[in-house]
Amino acid sequence: MQFGLFSVGDVTPDPTTGREPTEHERIKAMVRIARKAEEVGLDVFATGEHHNPPFVPSSPTTMLGYIAAQTERLILSTSTTLITTNDPVKIAEDFAMLQHLADGRVDLMMGRGNTGPVYPWFGKDIRQGIPLAVENYALLHRLWREDVVDWQGRFRTPLQGFTSTPRPLDGVPPFVWHGSIRSPEIAEQAAYYGDGFFANNIFWPKGHFQRLIELYRQRYEHYGHGTPEQAIVGLGGQVFMRKNSQDAIKEFRPYFDNAPVYGHGPSLEDFTTETPLTVGSPQQVIERTLEFREYFGDYQRQLFLMDHAGLPLKTVLEQLDLLGEEVVPVLRKEFAALRAPGVPDAPTHASLKAAKELVTS
Amino acid sequence: MRIAVVTAGLSTPSSTRVLADELAAATRRQLAGDNAVDIDVIELREHAHALVDNLLTGFPNAALRQAIEQVDTADGVIVVTPIFTASYSALFKAFFDVLDKDALVGMPVLIGATGGSERHSLALDHALRPLFGYLRAMVVPTGVYAASADFGARGGDTAGLANRIDRAAGEFAALLKAGLRKPVEDPYADVVPFAALLG
Repeated sequence: MQFGLFSVGDVTPDPTTGREPTEHERIKAMVRIARKAEEVGLDVFATGEHHNPPFVPSSPTTMLGYIAAQTERLILSTSTTLITTNDPVKIAEDFAMLQHLADGRVDLMMGRGNTGPVYPWFGKDIRQGIPLAVENYALLHRLWREDVVDWQGRFRTPLQGFTSTPRPLDGVPPFVWHGSIRSPEIAEQAAYYGDGFFANNIFWPKGHFQRLIELYRQRYEHYGHGTPEQAIVGLGGQVFMRKNSQDAIKEFRPYFDNAPVYGHGPSLEDFTTETPLTVGSPQQVIERTLEFREYFGDYQRQLFLMDHAGLPLKTVLEQLDLLGEEVVPVLRKEFAALRAPGVPDAPTHASLKAAKELVTS
Repeated sequence: MRIAVVTAGLSTPSSTRVLADELAAATRRQLAGDNAVDIDVIELREHAHALVDNLLTGFPNAALRQAIEQVDTADGVIVVTPIFTASYSALFKAFFDVLDKDALVGMPVLIGATGGSERHSLALDHALRPLFGYLRAMVVPTGVYAASADFGARGGDTAGLANRIDRAAGEFAALLKAGLRKPVEDPYADVVPFAALLG
């Protein structure tokens, strides 16, 4: 099982001091957080992609390439890469380049993006979100698997005898996850290709994601990739911890009350009851995270949102110490003990390369 | 047969709730003999904070989720709002803002409203009827408006109100008995195969 972080990359004022980090500080903080993830023994760092303030990560492969140079083991990923508004040709090229530079430590998560104004900035129409995700990914999938592509579709200019360069490292395309909050079409897409499915599992009640994941698992089997239990599932989560749970609640409350998305709405208590947000002791985080398995089945990747809502870098790094020292080692052991036989790990470059060699030999 | 009653009165007891109960009772009388009738009353006041939270977070809390499910799965819905500032109250509208846009398609709906004066009675036809028209509900022809005078004040017309309630309930019962509402499609159960999405 893989554990890691996913960052939205928001620039939010610290509500306890009113201080807002500069974009430069926030970008450097994200890099520091990614390095810390590796230092404390996590497996994955994923960055969001946004093209509007107050978010900084507009150029994920630039950031991930820089992080790749400063890390040894960490898998670099996205949460999410906008398959609707990016040109699939450029995604194919950018991530293949990153894959070479990072010696294969790369996968990515496709998402549609739900910010209406962004679509026209890139010449697209949000009403075509699903058809764009379907067509663009179909092209991306081919560009990584076929050396020469002839292609024609609805949304971009045709390609004649086109070769996306560089070719994927070792001829193995990066593993792809598809993230969705509500669309059965995206669960169907992930199942069709035998790709992973990621439910962000934050900000919403878990029942909401249960049906999407159940659909993905059934359709994964329908398309012949394995049993429903073998489908590749990733989940998000959001936590804030202190040794003493009352200290965690007291410290996190002003960040919760003023946060983007849920701030000025429900109480911290109501929101932690209704959604997977956990604010408390490391032991409470362990118990709550283990419950995810009971709702969603055995899964392969757990990402935590830790650097949200204006939390200062120092606090985030302390949180990562707790995560790496007290939470993840226990979760690794517990999840491994509970996992049903035959359930695979999340694919990595090494495992996909080995599988490819097995087929060709 | 299950009927959901959505009432947006603010005080306790409220004249809005009184009208809602009378509409429900008249409907029960009209259906007597044909069907057992279960009635779920949803007092929106109890969900006021949860409705605003739902607007902000995009999801209902457990209690509001149960109320929404009672409406989604009902055979018919009675809705009653006080008229504030020429229209339905914000609390009333908030509930229908968080319902799925297809939740009321083909749903028999009986509309009612209350106000201090008869002068606001056309709000039923100018405000409530278009709202439920947009949601493609089947709104019965008679809407029931009750002003303070209708509840027994001197010179009021209590018999007239009772007659209107009976007429509306009769129309509502006829729609319910016709059973025209189709079950809502489940997008997770009836997934579009990917080959169709690829085109």
